[in-house]
Amino acid sequence: MPVTTIDGHQITVDTEGFMTDYAEWDEPLGASLAAQIGIALSDQHWEAIRFLRKDFAVKGETPTLRRVSVVGAIPTKTLFQLFPQKPAKKMAYIAGLPKPHGCV
Amino acid sequence: MKKRLVVLGAGTAGTMVVNRLRPLLPAQDWDITVVDRDDEHRYQPGYLFLPFGTYTEKQVTRPRHTVLADGVDFMIGDVDVIHPETNVVALMDGRVLTYEYLVIASGTSPRPDQTPGMLGEQWRRSIFDFYTYDGAVALREALKGFDHGRLVVHITDMPIKCPVAPLEFTFLAEAWLREHGLRDRVELVFVTPLPGAFTKPIASARLGSMLEERKIVLEADFLLEHIDAETKTLVSYDEREVPFDLLVTVPLNMGADFVARSGLGDELNYVPVDKHTLLSTAHDTIFAVGDACDIPASKAGSVAHFSVEIFADNFLQHIAGQPMTGSFDGHTNCFIESGDHKGLLIDFNYDTEPLPGKFPLPVIGPMDLLKETRANHLGKLAFRWIYWNVLLPGRPMPLPSHMSMLGKSTDDLSKNEE
Repeated sequence: MPVTTIDGHQITVDTEGFMTDYAEWDEPLGASLAAQIGIALSDQHWEAIRFLRKDFAVKGETPTLRRVSVVGAIPTKTLFQLFPQKPAKKMAYIAGLPKPHGCV
Repeated sequence: MKKRLVVLGAGTAGTMVVNRLRPLLPAQDWDITVVDRDDEHRYQPGYLFLPFGTYTEKQVTRPRHTVLADGVDFMIGDVDVIHPETNVVALMDGRVLTYEYLVIASGTSPRPDQTPGMLGEQWRRSIFDFYTYDGAVALREALKGFDHGRLVVHITDMPIKCPVAPLEFTFLAEAWLREHGLRDRVELVFVTPLPGAFTKPIASARLGSMLEERKIVLEADFLLEHIDAETKTLVSYDEREVPFDLLVTVPLNMGADFVARSGLGDELNYVPVDKHTLLSTAHDTIFAVGDACDIPASKAGSVAHFSVEIFADNFLQHIAGQPMTGSFDGHTNCFIESGDHKGLLIDFNYDTEPLPGKFPLPVIGPMDLLKETRANHLGKLAFRWIYWNVLLPGRPMPLPSHMSMLGKSTDDLSKNEE
């Protein structure tokens, strides 16, 4: 697995840049990752990112958009506004979680 | 005191569970009761062929009680709720079943009611599904009268039952239109929430180029918010629009509502289980098999089959108080119809994506993996006989439950990683 440095944080990532070690992440790093893909994190963004982190810790899987909307109570429409075009991928990237497979 | 195993659902998975376990559980010690809503067992892979008139209704239906082993009690009824703390299943009509162990095998169902605008006056007029028996039959009638316009094949959200079926339907529709001299008058569009034609990279690239060769437009990353029935348009959450004249959609798939009522389900009513043993993560007297559970594998009959083989031996260990030694690896094996009497075959598991090669034997095959051949098409057709006569009765199949790397080519994989 490649190691890369973002804003002084040394992190392990997969070939697409998704972090592979849950423990290497903290919120300042999340903000730096968001900036990498052109997103400035508001409170609403953070609500989604914190849900992803919390849910992954319990389930061991990156939650799907449906799970974020049903369990995390953030409407899908809002997620598309906050993380345009590819919300599931973008949220996972910022939250330092594996790319969601969601689908098999 | 006799013990009782209750199985909810007499579909592919539930039927295989009771048929495998009946000879293994002594009849003087164990009752086995299986509950379903009706007595009609459908060969669901056959739904794909109903709209094109390849299969008739009769070929895809048998009474459930005729495919259940002797010594299995079959009850017809709707499940109201499971009480896992007291090991009780309550049916809608007031009957109550107690169990020592419970297997939830109630599958997954298309839910057009979950998308605004899907059910309504265009439902079964210009909007069809083919994942239900009624839908597949209604679509057959609609295709008879369809001679021009935009035919849109659409997946609402993942996961869905048999994730290759929408592609197969698209390939078969394209071939069918050509046969009927209509291909030039019809625009074919494949709309998916996935970033490409399929979920796994190598298969997705292969299947994507098959769409291209057939001049089928791929609309990817499209997550449906609602259908505007008046203008006959699919509208996504990011406000993209896809108009249709005839829509063949796969509605959102969800597990049974009684799973949710019993507090046993996730956000799509699937039962969280250990992905290697299918034991509920919440109750050690409950298993969930087949499409009803949340394992990260395809919702497919082959997954049900391979996992039930491992489950049966595990179950005997579990009820004897021993650790379960069998471990399901997510093995999946699917034929993909591609039209013109050809098909592909894919074979994969939790860790290995579908790869090209030969199956089941290296070099010899006779099946080719990820490649269109006539043999694969014949395999798919032969499978209907195997399903009724080998798979459901629980007779041994000459295929290992665990996926094998023998015969698979990993060249594409290493290219991918570079």
